[in-house]
Amino acid sequence: MALDQSFVGRSYPPTDPYEVGREKIREFAEAVGDTNPVYTDPEAAKALGHADVIAPPTFVFAITFKAAGQVVQDPQLGLDYSRVVHGDQKFTYTRPVRAGDRLTVTSTIENIKSMAGNDILDIRGEVHDEAGEHVVTAWTKLVARAADDEAPAEGQA
Amino acid sequence: MTAQISYADVEVGTELPARTFPVTRATLVQYAGASGDFNPIHWNEKFAKEVGLPDVIAHGMFTMAEAIRVVTDWVGDPAAVVEYGVRFTRPVVVPNDDEGATIEVSGKVAAKLDDDTVRVDLTVMSAGQKVLGMSRAVVRLA
Repeated sequence: MALDQSFVGRSYPPTDPYEVGREKIREFAEAVGDTNPVYTDPEAAKALGHADVIAPPTFVFAITFKAAGQVVQDPQLGLDYSRVVHGDQKFTYTRPVRAGDRLTVTSTIENIKSMAGNDILDIRGEVHDEAGEHVVTAWTKLVARAADDEAPAEGQA
Repeated sequence: MTAQISYADVEVGTELPARTFPVTRATLVQYAGASGDFNPIHWNEKFAKEVGLPDVIAHGMFTMAEAIRVVTDWVGDPAAVVEYGVRFTRPVVVPNDDEGATIEVSGKVAAKLDDDTVRVDLTVMSAGQKVLGMSRAVVRLA
C-alpha cells in the first residue's frame, strides 16, 4: 500500500535533550575499534582545539534514528516497519558532537516515493545543541519492501 | 579543527592509506550494545535466515563507521569531516567462526572543492563484493 504523499514536509516536535557522555562516546569508539585519542582523552581533544572529547562521525545516528521512530511509528503514516531496510545514510556537520552536548532532534519527512511496490521514505533529522545552534543533519532513506516480495533485500539496516 | 593534511599537498587521484577491518559475531554484539541497534538479523542466525538473508549480517551503520576511519586516520582530526554519505548496497555476511568477515576500505581524492575542502570517494568491499555504494566524504583540509 503506497504511503500518503500528503505527509511530505511534515515535521515532528523536537525530542527531549539527549546528553552526550564521555563514557558513551568511549563505548562507541571501542565498539568500532577506533583508538583515536580525540574520542577518549580530553587533553588530546583540547590539543586539537575541542572543548571536550568528540564523537566519531556516525555516533549521532543512534540519536537521530531513535528520533525517526516518531515518523516510523506514526500510526497515521502506517509504515510496516517489519519490511523496512536502511537504504542510504548521509550526514552534514556544522561541528562534531562532543561530550556535554545536550542534543535535540527535529525530524521531517522530506520525501515519499513508491517504486515497484516498495515505499521509499526520506527522513531528515536536524540536530541542535542546548544553545539552539546547528550541530549536524542526518538524512536517512528507509525502504519498505513490497509485502508480496519474497526476494531478499538488497540493502539492510 | 586541526587537519594534518594540507589542501595544497593533495591532487585529484591522491590515494588514502587503505585499511582492512575484521568483524566477528562478537564485534556485532559489542556494536549492538554501543549503538542500541538490537535488530536480531545482526546476532540471531535463525532469524536472519527466516527473513531471507544468507546468515547473520553486520549492521550497515557499523560498516559505515569503519569506512570513515580511512578518512579520519588520514586527516588526523575527525572534525575535518563536513559531509559523509553512503548507500547500503550489499550485506556484510558474518559467519559464526573465529575469523568472521573483513571489510576492506580504500579511498582517493575525487575532487578539489572550495574552502579548502576535498571530496574523498571510498571503495568498501567484503568477500570480493562492493558493500557500500556512493560512499563519499567531504573533508576540510589545512
